[in-house]
Amino acid sequence: MDFPGLLAQLLNGVQYGLLLFLISSGLTLIFGVMGIINLAHGSLFMIGAYLAFLVARQWGTVWLALPAAVVGGILLGLLLERGLFRHFYARDHLDQVLLTFALILLFEEGRSLMVGNDFYSVPVPALFDFSVPITSGFSYSAYRFTVIGICLALAVLLFVWIERTKMGAIIRAAAEKPEMVDVLGIDARGVYMAVFALGTTLALVAGVLAAPLYSVYPNMGDGFLIISFVVVVIGGLGSVSGAFWSALVIGLVDTLGKAYVPKVAGLAVYVLMAAVLLWRPSGLFGQQRT
Amino acid sequence: MTQARSMLPRTRYGRIGLALGALLLALVPPFAPSYYTELGTYAMISAMLALSLQLLVGCTGLVSLGHAAFYGLAAYTVYLITPANQGLSILITLPAAVIAAGLAALLVGSLSLRTKGFFFLMVTLAFGQMMFFLFHDTKLGGGTDGAFLSRPILSLFGWEMQLNRRQRPMATYYVALGLLVAMYVGLVLLLRSLFGRVLEGIRVNEHRMQALGFNTYRYKLAAFVIAGLLAGVAGHMWAMHRGFVNPELIGWHRSAEALLMILLGGLGTLHGPIVGALAYTGLTELPQVMEEWKPFASIFNSIGLPKVGAFLQPLSERKLLLEGIVILLVVLVLPKGLSGIGMPRWLRDRIGGRAPARMTPASAAEVRPNG
Amino acid sequence: MTKSSTAMTRRSMLKTGAALAATSAVPTGWAIAQAKPLKVGLMLPYSGTFAKLGENITFAIEQLIAEKGGKLGGREIQIVKLDDESKPENAPQNADRLVKRDAVDVLIGTVHSGVQMGIHKVVSESGTLTIVPNAGNVAVTRNLCVKNVFRTSFTNWQPAYGMGLAAAKKGLKKGVWVTWDYAAGAESGAGFKEGFEKGGGEVLPNLVLPFPQTNFQPLLAQIPGLGVDVVGSFFAGGGAVQFVKEYAAAGLKTPLCGSGFLTEGTLEAQGAAAEGIETALHYGDGLDNAKNTAFRKAFKDKAGREADVYAVQGYDAAQLLAIGLEAVQGKIEDEANLYKAMRAAKIDSPRGSISISPSQEVTQNIYLRKAEGGLNKVIGIAAENLADPGTGCKLT
Repeated sequence: MDFPGLLAQLLNGVQYGLLLFLISSGLTLIFGVMGIINLAHGSLFMIGAYLAFLVARQWGTVWLALPAAVVGGILLGLLLERGLFRHFYARDHLDQVLLTFALILLFEEGRSLMVGNDFYSVPVPALFDFSVPITSGFSYSAYRFTVIGICLALAVLLFVWIERTKMGAIIRAAAEKPEMVDVLGIDARGVYMAVFALGTTLALVAGVLAAPLYSVYPNMGDGFLIISFVVVVIGGLGSVSGAFWSALVIGLVDTLGKAYVPKVAGLAVYVLMAAVLLWRPSGLFGQQRT
Repeated sequence: MTQARSMLPRTRYGRIGLALGALLLALVPPFAPSYYTELGTYAMISAMLALSLQLLVGCTGLVSLGHAAFYGLAAYTVYLITPANQGLSILITLPAAVIAAGLAALLVGSLSLRTKGFFFLMVTLAFGQMMFFLFHDTKLGGGTDGAFLSRPILSLFGWEMQLNRRQRPMATYYVALGLLVAMYVGLVLLLRSLFGRVLEGIRVNEHRMQALGFNTYRYKLAAFVIAGLLAGVAGHMWAMHRGFVNPELIGWHRSAEALLMILLGGLGTLHGPIVGALAYTGLTELPQVMEEWKPFASIFNSIGLPKVGAFLQPLSERKLLLEGIVILLVVLVLPKGLSGIGMPRWLRDRIGGRAPARMTPASAAEVRPNG
Repeated sequence: MTKSSTAMTRRSMLKTGAALAATSAVPTGWAIAQAKPLKVGLMLPYSGTFAKLGENITFAIEQLIAEKGGKLGGREIQIVKLDDESKPENAPQNADRLVKRDAVDVLIGTVHSGVQMGIHKVVSESGTLTIVPNAGNVAVTRNLCVKNVFRTSFTNWQPAYGMGLAAAKKGLKKGVWVTWDYAAGAESGAGFKEGFEKGGGEVLPNLVLPFPQTNFQPLLAQIPGLGVDVVGSFFAGGGAVQFVKEYAAAGLKTPLCGSGFLTEGTLEAQGAAAEGIETALHYGDGLDNAKNTAFRKAFKDKAGREADVYAVQGYDAAQLLAIGLEAVQGKIEDEANLYKAMRAAKIDSPRGSISISPSQEVTQNIYLRKAEGGLNKVIGIAAENLADPGTGCKLT
């Protein structure tokens, strides 16, 4: 095994894991606080990626898509929460599954009607469109380093917000013990809207960042959805720090698996999840609950 | 309070309705074109899969997202034991497929039942995907594109049923119908037994059942294995119906589809999954029907919305849109699923037969430990 | 492609389909068996990842039928379309829809090879004449071949074999094949290995990742350590775009080549990263023959976009059907003569003249192409009149 090759693989694993963290942190909060299993979260990621594509096609650069994803994510999150999900908090979990499954189909068809079924490549921002040589024969894309940096910065912001602000404390409490919100007499509706807007925005931002790396194509949300759920359960439902560590582990396992044991790479992530849950039935950082 | 009997038809009329439905299904092949016979077979295979999953989801409260693993494994078992160009007797293939599915369910269930709720769902998904990759990425079952197999033949103790190409779909249809009815009746009997009531009790409050001295893990495992065996019956029938296996039979999409059928039909009843499976299969036919049915578009033309008509016309290229809209409507308008559409209350009251309150003597008895 | 033109082309395609259906539904004089329109079922992906391929194949088939005045062998043609969604588990049911419910006389489909297997099961049993306009899995015309199934595209083996030959001819000695871990990947890998070894080269075991993932970094990072002097690959669509871009970004010095799908219809998205990549395929840009020029012009007028290899394959599926039907004057029941004519067909294809091999596969030139300025320019012939070996097929 050559050391520079391993280094590159580690970087890839970290970059992939951090992207997974952006997607799954929203997923875990939405599940933890509101108990919603949001299958449409992968579609939100897809919307972010297509947003990047559309912005890049119109204005030639992907950067404008970031503020657009933030504004759009907040609006879309509020719209979904107030328009649909609010009416489903009291319903069975499985009704929510059915609802979000229908949303996947509608988002995909909407995408197909508006943008068509072509795959599109999204240009890497010109500023970072160069490679950083790691060894004589192998270089690493500067944009990937940038994505790692942005994801880490967002993770820090998210932790600070959750750990240091009042809203963050409420969300943390609600995610760990949903009944807390009622006990404390807090207006749950505001919390729910904030969490939904936050989760949606993070998924859209992840989509924007991922677009130049993975291209945009129909059903692209699918592959990221399942793996994000894996991250969420390994980390423990509702735990943002759990999601962070498990996203890194999954990113590394998946990447290194593909590199060194490709025959079983598809299995590796699932074997890992099953093993973790059999060892700790509520995930690594989760509270015991059903 | 519990709803022990709520899974089963509550009135005589409900039971008569179900019997009539089965009779109606039995009348399809002689009168319908052969395509609809085969579509019916497929719908009933899906119904069996959904019904077997209902034992876990609706009855016991265990939501599994890996159920198709047992279904697909059974189909692959038929493929693996059948020599090329020579179909085996169904008396060999059916038990073999079912036993393989049951053994896999025993293994998967004994491990995954250590977790609960959403974690259980994800662990079953994980085991299902492991099985998927086993058949997808190895040479074991013909690889990614799947493989053909010789169909099991209908034979009884040495006597072999000779079927030509036109009779075979019809025979398969009746075998599937017979198995579906048997499965439903078997589950009704199972749910009426003490075992069934314990499962209901677990769904409502597992801690209480434990406090009452039941080893709930064992009951759940038994339910998981039975569900796996029954999914194996469905998987065997797919192999017999199509003579073709593909890794997608195992994948989580198929598991999710079975769950979808349960939810469409209604979580709270045992016949819900059957209704859901038939409706879901029918839904895939809908675009073609709507497209060919010209009046549908002309309605929109006549009310001054030609664009809507033109938009709906190519629906066969917009299957998913239609599916999404229908599912959204069901979840918004029919919280109890399609089987929640009942007789209007005035009619039900007139013909009577339904106990006024949920608390029937039987379900009240169930609340007591050894009732 | 812009947003508006996608919508336009989709709509115009549907209109033509409806118009064809409408004209053919009009009774033409006294109803005799001959006058009944011939039903052609198109089972193709109209949604999902392969939707554009399905659309282009459909355009080209409709184009040929229109060129023949809406009739093949004197029979009106009625087209029935079905979206197969590229879902293998629903494929037998979908094929049944066309074969049994709509009672089509001919089935043309499809793109996805798993779905092709489902179709193949149904039509092997029903005996419906079937023409495959894309899916290249070898099984269909090798061990599972049947007399009523023809293919006008390629086998996964063909272009890769050509590429292997061409790479060895350049004096390259050690190669590796990078692909998705699925049948098409393995079959193309086998073709490359066979061709490259025939020319005296050596091929390492394939580097693979699960289909259709695009996280190529783990594979790319291994390449410098392998000590190969050529990297061959099979990817298509979005995966191909991504792979070529990441290959360039990784700064690898080993030349990249591949089965032509690596740069087919993707050059615009790949941009400078694809410049100079050599690939082998049964079609390419700058093929100078009258048929090609006329075909491309007509296709562009109709579809509003450039024709591609998928369109050519669809067009030739319709051409092959036309040859068969003309030989029997539209009497499709005359199977013996129909299949005889189709097996003997010499087709004037936009890709050059092609014929049908004993396993009912295309015998064709595999061109060596070089990506230059957004075009896959044909720079030579990698393998002339190459037929798939058809191993295991007993049709004679």
